[in-house]
Amino acid sequence: MSEAKTMSIKEQNKGAATSLMKKNIRKFLRNKLAVFGLVVVALMTIACVVAFIGGIDFRTPDMANMRAAPNSAHMFGTDTIGRDLLARVLVGGCYSIFIGVFCAVASNVLGAVLGAIAGYFGGKIDALLVRLSELFQAFPQLVLVMMLVAMLKTRGLGNLLLIFVITGWMTTFRMVRNEFMSLKGETYVKVCEAFGMSKSNVMFKQILPNVMTPIIVSTTTNVAYFILQEASLSFIGLGVADSTPTWGNILNAAKNLQVVQNQWWIWVFPGLAISLFVLAINFLGDGLRDVLDAKQQ
Amino acid sequence: MSENKEIIFKVENLRTWFPITKGAFKKVVGHVKAVDNVSLEVYKGETLGIVGESGCGKSTFGKTLMMLEKATGGQVLFNYDGEFRDITKFNKDEMFEFRKKVQMVFQDPYSALNPQKKIYTSFEEPLIVHGMKDQAQREARMQEVLKMVNIQPDYLMRYPHEFSGGQRQRLCIARALEVMPEVLICDEPVSALDVSIQAQVLNLMKDIQKELNLTYLFIAHDLSVVQYMSDRIVVMYLGKIVEVADSRALYDEPLHPYTRALLSAIPVPDIHNTKKRQVLEGEVPSPIHKPSGCAFHNRCPHCMEICKQVDPELAVQNTENGHMVACHLYAQAQEKTQPEQAAEQTV
Repeated sequence: MSEAKTMSIKEQNKGAATSLMKKNIRKFLRNKLAVFGLVVVALMTIACVVAFIGGIDFRTPDMANMRAAPNSAHMFGTDTIGRDLLARVLVGGCYSIFIGVFCAVASNVLGAVLGAIAGYFGGKIDALLVRLSELFQAFPQLVLVMMLVAMLKTRGLGNLLLIFVITGWMTTFRMVRNEFMSLKGETYVKVCEAFGMSKSNVMFKQILPNVMTPIIVSTTTNVAYFILQEASLSFIGLGVADSTPTWGNILNAAKNLQVVQNQWWIWVFPGLAISLFVLAINFLGDGLRDVLDAKQQ
Repeated sequence: MSENKEIIFKVENLRTWFPITKGAFKKVVGHVKAVDNVSLEVYKGETLGIVGESGCGKSTFGKTLMMLEKATGGQVLFNYDGEFRDITKFNKDEMFEFRKKVQMVFQDPYSALNPQKKIYTSFEEPLIVHGMKDQAQREARMQEVLKMVNIQPDYLMRYPHEFSGGQRQRLCIARALEVMPEVLICDEPVSALDVSIQAQVLNLMKDIQKELNLTYLFIAHDLSVVQYMSDRIVVMYLGKIVEVADSRALYDEPLHPYTRALLSAIPVPDIHNTKKRQVLEGEVPSPIHKPSGCAFHNRCPHCMEICKQVDPELAVQNTENGHMVACHLYAQAQEKTQPEQAAEQTV
């Protein structure tokens, strides 16, 4: 008898969950811009990943066709030393998107955890962490990158990731901290404390789910932010090593006025890829905010 | 009446002070004395009402009994099957076990359930934390407590925003009962609810008390609600107990001037009853700078010279029903106060 009831409760539980999910998906689909964003992001990511895994040749220069305009053999044309630009944009996209996603996720996780600790415990820990975040915020990212490059004597992907993560967690930290400070006064937190739940349980299982929405939205928009950051750093030659193509690295060639004036395809295609992806990600983030924000439901 | 009852909570000189700090070095410049030297006994199975105006420390007192606020001084002894143990000195594990003995129902049912979680999850978590591993067992317990508060088990799948205030408060009561506590501290459990729903929740609480032989600590500012619920009533003023009496005795024969003023504020639904309200002058003094002597002396209509200097002790006034009062009016000769009291009654 009790077994049957258990089953029924669990079954219904699943049904309710899926219906809420369905409702959210329907709401998301009604937002045309968000769907556009999702489709563009998905297509570009898939294209880049497929090209990368498929081992598309982005290194070998085609000596006969240096600086060739787009044609049937090279759809996006070739760059200054004759490498196929389509292949480079696709593989570069893979790196760029990876940098964006990895840094956004890592910095948001770091920011969320530190923010949760600062907001929940308050007092000295909070003061310390807030000062630390201010210190990081006051320090110019560019100088940090240059310092690290100078110290390690190499320009690598790892450096960039590290710098982005340790200089990018502050906004999330502040947001999560403020949310925690207001949410820890809620009665349900007191109830959990009255039940003797541990501090980490209260922090991460009770309060954090209520802060997830802004974290998810900020992670999506941060992906765009980090892609742009990487592009600008690579453009001025401080980003990833030249051998690794990224959207910013390809654009690097356009520093040359000659190229800008005569070979438009070298900078238009990677530039377009960056703009389109960033725009799509921002639309997606906005759409997610509309769907996930519980206050609007 | 209550002499041969078993004591479950024995509070001795409990103090909960909040430090006020100033400057960059957090120098302590004073204390908010939210609960100041409170001594009290709570008997098993009774409902002890705690009344007082806003800021008199009644909620803090409730939270201190649950150790949700740290006690600054004094003892809170809890009856572990005849053995009294001081919960203020409990370590983490002992505290965790104590959580199963005493539970709390909070004032605001609208924020007492996590809005992101289904009721099912909110109900399941405390049981998991307290080591009930078997899911069927958990669900059986959940259904048992829901039945007590007249809520259908299939409502468990819903989110808190799908419930009304009364339903939410019933859910909160049910959740508190899950761990089978002996004492339920109710911190203004009905003040956020409609009056029509208040009665429903109060009756339900009475039924549950009878069924489970619970002890209630009922904190409220609504005197009629407290009168309806309580066996004994404690009146607090500025962190101190000014009067303790059986519910009936307190309403029939209030002793402390503050209690009388409080009771005269209860509206009576009778147009022929032109009772004169005893309006208190002035404001509640700050709990940081309490007046010397009796904390009530600057508002008391019967203030004497001694009241300004000496803080009156809580003393038994009527040995028959254990009526206790902290007032200099009664510390003096009994015969002097009787006529005065009679005069007060006729008003």
